[in-house]
Amino acid sequence: MLLLPCISGRALAAISQLAAWAGDLVVADGLLASRDVLQGDGVPEQAHRVLEASKMGELLEALKRKGYEVIGPTVRDGAIVYDKVESAKDLPAGWTDEQGPGRYRLKRRDDGTLFGYAVGPQSWKKYLHTADVRLWSAERQGVTFRILNNEAQPRHPLAFVGVRACELAAIAVQDRVLLDDKYRDPIYEGRRAGAFTIAVQCTQSAATCFCASMGTGPWVQSADLVLTELVGSKGGHRFVAWARSNRGAEVFAELPTAPATEQDSKEADAAVAAAAGEQVRSIDTAGIKELLYQNFEHPRWGNVAGRCLTCANCTMVCPTCFCTTVEDVSDVTGDHAERWRRWDSCFTQSFSYIHGGSVRTSTQSRYRQWMTHKLASWIDQFGSSGCVGCGRCITWCPVGIDITEEVAAIREGGKNGNP
Amino acid sequence: MMIMATAITTDPMLPQPYSVREVAKETPDTFTLRLDPENAVNRSMFQPGEFSMLWLFGVGELPISISGDPSLHDRLVYTVRSVGQATHSLVNRGVGDGVGVRGPFGAGWPLEAARGRDVIVVAGGIGLAPLRPLIYQVLQNRKDYGRLVILYGGRSPRDLLYRKELATWARNRETQVLVTVDYGGLSWRGHVGVVTTLFKYSRLQPTRSVAMVCGPEIMMRFVTRELETQGLSRDDIYLSMERNMKCAVGFCGHCQYGPHFICKDGPVFRYEQIRNLLEKYEL
Ligand SMILES: Cc1cc2nc3c(=O)[nH]c(=O)nc-3n(C[C@H](O)[C@H](O)[C@H](O)COP(=O)(O)OP(=O)(O)OC[C@H]3O[C@@H](n4cnc5c(N)ncnc54)[C@H](O)[C@@H]3O)c2cc1C
Ligand code: SF4
Ligand code: SF4
Ligand code: FES
Repeated sequence: MLLLPCISGRALAAISQLAAWAGDLVVADGLLASRDVLQGDGVPEQAHRVLEASKMGELLEALKRKGYEVIGPTVRDGAIVYDKVESAKDLPAGWTDEQGPGRYRLKRRDDGTLFGYAVGPQSWKKYLHTADVRLWSAERQGVTFRILNNEAQPRHPLAFVGVRACELAAIAVQDRVLLDDKYRDPIYEGRRAGAFTIAVQCTQSAATCFCASMGTGPWVQSADLVLTELVGSKGGHRFVAWARSNRGAEVFAELPTAPATEQDSKEADAAVAAAAGEQVRSIDTAGIKELLYQNFEHPRWGNVAGRCLTCANCTMVCPTCFCTTVEDVSDVTGDHAERWRRWDSCFTQSFSYIHGGSVRTSTQSRYRQWMTHKLASWIDQFGSSGCVGCGRCITWCPVGIDITEEVAAIREGGKNGNP
Repeated sequence: MMIMATAITTDPMLPQPYSVREVAKETPDTFTLRLDPENAVNRSMFQPGEFSMLWLFGVGELPISISGDPSLHDRLVYTVRSVGQATHSLVNRGVGDGVGVRGPFGAGWPLEAARGRDVIVVAGGIGLAPLRPLIYQVLQNRKDYGRLVILYGGRSPRDLLYRKELATWARNRETQVLVTVDYGGLSWRGHVGVVTTLFKYSRLQPTRSVAMVCGPEIMMRFVTRELETQGLSRDDIYLSMERNMKCAVGFCGHCQYGPHFICKDGPVFRYEQIRNLLEKYEL
C-alpha cells in the first residue's frame, strides 16, 4: 500500500479546497452532494460488507427505484463500452481486455467476473461533457431574432456503475475546468449534479495503464459506493463493498449484504495492490512541468511528428480532454438556427486558425501542444496534471504512439530523437 | 478570490439581443458599429481592453474588442476590419439588424497600474480599436495620469482609423499623438516607416511610464524590444493578444497560449508574463 499516503494527501488538499468553495459559492444541493463524494467529504469509511456477485442485479434495481438511469459497461462491437444497463445480464461477464500500443482485444476469461477488464475506449465524459450538445436555438424575427434557451439535460439523474479510480480522478479534473474556474458550464453542471458513482477498484491492470505513477489509482478514495470484485478464493465470487456517502449508504442498506471478515478486506486490498504491482508503464512526474517547458525545442518532437497522423483519436478517448468547437445549424427556411457545441481537438489544423493562417501548422507543434498541455501547462492552469494515466491514448492511437515513452525520450535529453 | 465571489450564475454561452444603431465607415475596409441593447434594462458596462463575442444569424460568432467610450452605458461600439466572411457580414449589417452579444470578456488594460504615470499607447492597424476606450478614459480623467503619448502606425494614410479623433486628442494638454504609415503617397506629409521609428520623437520618461501595445504579433515583438531599449521595465509593458476563440470563457481550449487562456486571463498580458512565449514559433 505504498501509494496510499500520497493519495490521501491529495484528497486532503481537495477537502480544504471544497471548504473554500462552500464559503464563496451558492452551489446546487445535488452538485455539492456529488462533489463531496468525489472529493472525499469526510464521511467516515463505512464498515466493509460483502455482496454476493449473484446479487449485482439487486444493486441495479435499487438504483432504478431511486430514480436513476443506470449506465455501466457492456460489450458492443468488440469492445467494452458504457451504455444503459437494464440488468446484470448486460454487464461484461467473463470478458477481459488485452491492450497494447495501438491494440485492443476482448478475450474470454473463465471465472465469470463482471468487471474483470481495465478500461474501454469510452469514458464518462460521454455522459457528463457530451460529444455534442445543443447550446440554444434562435428564431428569425424580421431583421432580428429571438433566442431560446433549451439546453439538453438528461431526464433522470445518472448512476455510473463500474467507475475506475483513474476515471474518478478524470471527472475531478473536468470539474476544475468546467465548474471551478472563472465561469461555470451549466450544461456540465446539470449532468454532473445528480450523478451517482459506483466505483469498482481494479484488480488487474492493462499493459497500457499507469495510474499508479500518476497518483490517481488503482485505489479509489471516494465514490458513493466502492466495490472490489473477488473471485476464485475460498469466499467465492463476491464484492467487498463499502459506502462513502450518505446516499451511498442509503442504497447500500437496501441490499442483501453480510458483514465482511477481516480476511475479505485483506483479500480485496491485496487484489488492488496486485493490479498496481503489475503496471508495466509509468511516467516519472518529478519536475515534469519544467522538463516540458524547457524542451519546447527537442528533436523528439520531430521524431513523433514522423509517426503521428493527427487523427485526433487520442483526444477523443482521453477522459480529461475538454476542448470543443461550436457550429450553427440552420433549417432549410433559414428562419431557425441552432447552436451546437462539439468535441474538438488540438490535433486539427483549424483549431488554431486566426485570420492570416493557423498558428500550429506542423504536426510536431500539435503533438507538442497536446502533450505539454496534458502534463505541464495543465498544472499551471488547474493545479493538477491533465493526465490520469488511463492509457487510452496509447491503446487507441492507430500507430501506437505512447505518451509514457515520449516523456521518457524527452527526459533522456537531446540525443534520443530516434527510438 | 475575487473571481469566486463574483461567480457567474447565468449561462455564459447565451447571447443577449442587441441591434445595430449606426454604422460608420472609418476606412475602405473598416467600419465602426454602434449596437444598442434590445432590452433597455441591459446596461452595457465594460472595462477598456475587454471584448465581446458577436453572433450573427446564419453566419456564426466572432470575437471583437469593444472600441467605444466606457462611460456610455447605453451602447456597445465595435470597430471591425472586413477580412473574411464573418467580418464582411458584420460590417454589412444595416441599422436595426439584430446581433447577439456575449460578454464583456477578458482582463483589460491595467488602468490602476497606469494611475499617476505617463501612458504610452502603441498601436498598429486595427490594434487601435481596443486601445480607444483606454484613451477616452485617460482623457476624461486627465489629472489622474501623466503624459499621454499615442504612437500609431497604419499601412497607408487611407487605412488610418479615427483620423478626426486623433487630431482632437492631440489638442489635449500633455498629450502627444504621432502617426506613421508604411506607404505615404504624394499628399502625405507625415512620417513614413514602421511604428518603432516614432519613438525618437516621443520624449519618453521611461521610469514613470506604462506602455499599452496592440497590433500584429510581429509588430508587438519589435515594439516591446524598442520599449525595453528606451528603458521601460518589462513589468510596465502590456500587450493584447489574439488567438482563435470559440467560447471566451475558458471552456473550449482554443485560445491557449502556453499556461494562459487568452480569453479569461488576457487578452491583455503584462509583457513579463508572456515574454518567453512570444519568442516561440507555433506555440
Ligand atoms: C480578443 C479578440 C479581439 C478582436 N478584436 C477585433 C476587433 O476589434 N476588430 C476586428 O476587426 N477584429 C478583431 N478580432 C479579429 C476577428 O475576430 C477576426 O478577424 C475574425 O474572426 C475573422 O473572421 P472572418 O470570417 O472575417 O475572416 P476569416 O479569416 O476568413 O475567418 C474564417 C473563419 O475563421 C474564424 N475565425 C477567424 N479568426 C478567429 C478567431 N480569432 N477566433 C475564432 N474564430 C476565428 C471566423 O469566424 C470564420 O468562421 C479580434 C480577435 C480576438 C481574438
Ligand atoms: S493523456 Fe492518455 S493516459 Fe493520460 S488521461 Fe488522457 S488518455 Fe489517459
Ligand atoms: S498521437 Fe496517435 S492518436 Fe493522437 S493524433 Fe497522433 S496518430 Fe492520432
Ligand atoms: S476562447 Fe474558449 S477557452 Fe478561451
